[in-house]
Amino acid sequence: MDFQIALLLGQDGITNGAIYALLALALVLVFAVTRVIFIPQGEFVSYGALTLVMIQAGAIPATVWLLLGAGLLAAALDVRLALRAGQPGRLVRLVGWYVAYPLVLVALLYTLPVKDFPMIAQILFALAVVVPMGPLMYRLIYQPIAAAPVLVLLIVSVAVHVAMVGLGLLFFGAEGSRTPPFSDARFEMGPVMVSGQTIWVVVSSLVLIVALYQFFERTLYGKALRATAINRVGARLMGISPALAGRLTFFLAALIGALSGVLIAPITTIYYDTGFLIGLKGFVAAIVGGLGSYPLAAAGALLVGLLEAFSSFWASAHKEVIVFTLIIPVLLWRSLRGRHVEEEE
Amino acid sequence: MNANIHGSNLILKTVLEVRDLTVSYGKVEALSNANIKVGEGQIVTVIGPNGAGKTTMLSAIMGLLESRGKVDFDGTIEGVPVVERMVARGMNLVPEKRELFGEMTVEDNLVLGAFQRHRSGHRDHAQTMEEVYQLFPRLRERRSQLAGTLSGGERQMLAVGRALMAKPKLLMLDEPSLGLAPLIVREIFRIIGELRRRGVSILLVEQNARAALQVADYAYVLETGEIAMEGPARQLADDPRVIEAYLGLGGKHQEMLST
Ligand SMILES: Nc1ncnc2c1ncn2[C@@H]1O[C@H](COP(=O)(O)OP(=O)(O)OP(=O)(O)O)[C@@H](O)[C@H]1O
Ligand SMILES: [Mg+2]
Repeated sequence: MDFQIALLLGQDGITNGAIYALLALALVLVFAVTRVIFIPQGEFVSYGALTLVMIQAGAIPATVWLLLGAGLLAAALDVRLALRAGQPGRLVRLVGWYVAYPLVLVALLYTLPVKDFPMIAQILFALAVVVPMGPLMYRLIYQPIAAAPVLVLLIVSVAVHVAMVGLGLLFFGAEGSRTPPFSDARFEMGPVMVSGQTIWVVVSSLVLIVALYQFFERTLYGKALRATAINRVGARLMGISPALAGRLTFFLAALIGALSGVLIAPITTIYYDTGFLIGLKGFVAAIVGGLGSYPLAAAGALLVGLLEAFSSFWASAHKEVIVFTLIIPVLLWRSLRGRHVEEEE
Repeated sequence: MNANIHGSNLILKTVLEVRDLTVSYGKVEALSNANIKVGEGQIVTVIGPNGAGKTTMLSAIMGLLESRGKVDFDGTIEGVPVVERMVARGMNLVPEKRELFGEMTVEDNLVLGAFQRHRSGHRDHAQTMEEVYQLFPRLRERRSQLAGTLSGGERQMLAVGRALMAKPKLLMLDEPSLGLAPLIVREIFRIIGELRRRGVSILLVEQNARAALQVADYAYVLETGEIAMEGPARQLADDPRVIEAYLGLGGKHQEMLST
């Protein structure tokens, strides 16, 4: 291996590492706030990327029907609750968000020539379809069992993951796809060529990470999420309901997932089940941080990305094995050093 | 406000009325058919020995625990109180364990105290915070310190200050003097009196019966999950049974602490 190849691999590693870092942050966040180990995180990557593919192909993305179905279900549940609690005033808002929003989206996708829109608009449409599935998923699946033990939540996560992969196959078919890159620019940096898309991925990830940091440090809702993660009872006493925190967290997780998918779709061929592997690598990174530390998780993500890139050069058949084996020494080290993630109370 | 209003339970407007509140932990009934009333602008105290069910009662009123009975707060009856809804309607609890956000700064803890107010469109938390800092100048000095590193007394102040950020109609305090030095206890009770002057109704649970009876208008004695006695605070303070069980001899020393 010469220097140039090392640089190329390093570039690959950093690009992938940036995406793993985003996913790792989402996983840590979801776990801290809701105690859910969010296995389906990766599905949002696939759904985001492939929804964009369908939009660019001029088709109505099948995911929008899932959104509508989930919205109807959630509306039915919440309308019943609102009526029982004697708050008919909330009905309008509920139905508006759960039902009218997906319908408006469907109408727009049918009537507008979205296929010919600039890519940024198409991406926004893809996000508009996929991201609301996050809070809906929390409302329908996790909120009713929010008090369950971590293990139960994990088992449910596995079930949700399997269901989403199955639906993904139904929606997108077994074929993989790519999207055109955001830009065709190439930059020479010393001896290597850096593609515009690589820069897009790294810069967008950094921007997103900084934005998230600002959100948690500066805004009231960001602080409310941190408060919920630190002390659930204390947060409830401030009027921060776990349901609100959960929906907001899942919104962010879905946004991060879908955006990651959109970012890597031009570099990697995405299949309906690609997201799972990507999410799993984010998970390895999150484990490096003990599912609790954001900086360690980000560092872990970079490590995973680089390890993957270099092992694909030396032992490409075993690259996944090498990456996932990383989890064993990390877990050993973590459990020997004490303080692991405990079942709460 | 004359003594007649504070000294009697026959008042015009009731902020909180709890009827037949019963809480069980499994098969054990920790609170049985408690009836309690708090009038507007009143301080009502609940005293009783350890394990009597005082904390249980406050938690149930707030909605942190499941209960049977009725909680009529501010004119609306809640069968089963839900914490967030009670907060939104103006009830706040400073719990026995304080439940501060340890890894966040004092100021962030305070800001979060106004979360519900902010959500319902009242964006005046800067001004409320100024008022809280005036009550507790120590908190201003410590504004950027992490809550988890505060001293016991400072934590207490932060817990009360955080609850005040919500501008509650009814403030429920669970042993605000717990583990505090005599001087700070006095300060806390001075502030409780000050809050009433500002129109906050207070339901106060205390071990420090002497100080509580002195500041309160009306009092309940809770023993093994049941209301054993009730009456105007002055009257209870003179009741031989209360003196024997809760005020005790050597009252001189406590008297000094509480004034
Ligand atoms: N989660 C629980 N499970 C079972 N029993 C409980 C639980 N919490 C409290 N208890 C019991 O209920 C009774 C009342 O407890 P509570 O905390 O309300 O007492 P308290 O009056 O606040 O006492 P203290 O003055 O010591 O704070 C006690 O006997 C206690 O052991
Ligand atoms: Mg108690």
